[in-house]
Amino acid sequence: MTAVLRAEGLGKRYRRRWALSDCTVDIPAGQVVGLVGPNGAGKTTLLHLAVGLLQPTAGTIEVLGDRPAASPAQLARVGFVAQDTPTYSGLSVADHLRLGAHLNPGWDARTATDRIERLGLDLRQRAGKLSGGQRAQLALTLALAKKPVLLILDEPVASLDPLARREFLQSLLEAVVDQGLSVVLSSHLVADLERACDYLIVLIGSRVQIAGEVDHLLDTHHLLTGPRRDPARIPEDLQVISASHTDRQTTLTVRTEGPIHDPAWTVSKIGLEDLVLAYMSRTADAARRPALEVQR
Amino acid sequence: MIEFHLDARSGVAPYLQLIHQVRQYLRLGLLCEGDQLPTVKDVVGQLAINPNTVLKAYRELEYEGLVAARPGVGTFVTRTLADGSLAALAPLRRELQRWIGKARRTGLDDESIEALFLTTFRSATEGEEDIA
Repeated sequence: MTAVLRAEGLGKRYRRRWALSDCTVDIPAGQVVGLVGPNGAGKTTLLHLAVGLLQPTAGTIEVLGDRPAASPAQLARVGFVAQDTPTYSGLSVADHLRLGAHLNPGWDARTATDRIERLGLDLRQRAGKLSGGQRAQLALTLALAKKPVLLILDEPVASLDPLARREFLQSLLEAVVDQGLSVVLSSHLVADLERACDYLIVLIGSRVQIAGEVDHLLDTHHLLTGPRRDPARIPEDLQVISASHTDRQTTLTVRTEGPIHDPAWTVSKIGLEDLVLAYMSRTADAARRPALEVQR
Repeated sequence: MIEFHLDARSGVAPYLQLIHQVRQYLRLGLLCEGDQLPTVKDVVGQLAINPNTVLKAYRELEYEGLVAARPGVGTFVTRTLADGSLAALAPLRRELQRWIGKARRTGLDDESIEALFLTTFRSATEGEEDIA
C-alpha cells in the first residue's frame, strides 16, 4: 500500500526550542489517522509541515509521494481544515461556496450544495452568525468539495459540544465511505478519536512515542496487576510503559508481542485512553528524572 | 434490521464488539438466514465509527461463513447459530438461575457472584485451550 504521509527524521525548530524532533512515520493510504498528544506536543507543527505551511529544519516529509505544496496539482490533492475550523465571519454560506469554487480547480459544486442542504444551512446566513457546530460543518463542506485524496484536520472538534462533535465525526466518516479519502486529524482528547480512527500516532514532548493500527496497539498493550515485585525482575520481553507500586502491589502497563504466561499477574485489557495516558506519564517521569539526579 | 451499539469502556476492540453482537443475535434468533446487515455507511453514520472497523468485522464474519457480501447490494446472513442450541438454552438458563439462587443464599452479593462466574469461566476456557 502506498503511503499518504511519510516522514523521516523530521524536525522543526523555533529559535532554540524543537517543536518537533526526529519524527519518523509511514502512514498507509485509506485510513483515518488520529494524531493525539497534550497541548503543545507538536501536533499542529507536524500538520503544518504536512501541508507545506512550514518548512522542516531537519529531515524530510513526503505527502502523497511528493514534497508538501510542491505544485498546484499537489495542493489540489490535499485538503486542510485549520485549528477550530475557521470560516470568514463576514461572508455568507453562499459566498463561501463561491470562494471555494473560484479557488479550487477540482471543485465539486454538487457535493457542496447537497451537503449544505442536508445540514439545513441557510445560504444567505453569514458564517459569523452560525453555531460552532454549523461553522465546523461549513469548513468541512469546503474541504470535501475540493475532492482531496488526503484530508488533514487540526483539532476539528475541540471546541464543539458533544452532539455537534458526534455529528461532525459522523459526516466526516460518511464522506470517507463515499469518497474513499484518507484522513489525518489531531485532537488532545483520545475519546474523540477512539472509534473514528484505525491508526493512531501518539505525539508527546515533540516526539512520536508510538504509532500503529489501533487494533494492533490494543492487542499488544496490557495492564498487569500482581504482588509487589522489584522492577529489575520484570522479564525483558515486556516493555514497561508505566509502573506504579504500593507496599504490596505492582501495577504495570506493558507492551509485548507475545502472550503473558506468568500466573502471578492478573492481565487485563487496556483502553486507548489509558494507553495514551501511560505514555504521557512515562514522558513526564523521564523529564523529572534528570532533575532528581541534580538534586542528589 | 439490527442496530449495533458500542461499549467504549469495555476495552474490547470495536470490530470484535460488532462480531460478538452479530453472533449473539444469531444465537438468540434475532438474525436469521437471508437477513441483511446494516450497510457500512449506515453503521458509520450511526456510531461515528471508522469504516474499516465495520469492514473488518464483516470480513471476519464472512470468513466464518456466517454472512456473505453481495457486491452493490449488501451483506446477508447465510447461516444461523440458533438451530440446536436454542432448545438447549432454556434448561441451561434454569440451571444457572438455580445456581445464582444458591450463591445468594450463601450470602454472596451480586458483584462477588459475577466475579466468581467470570474467574471460573476464564479458568475453564483456558483449561480447554491447554488441552487443545
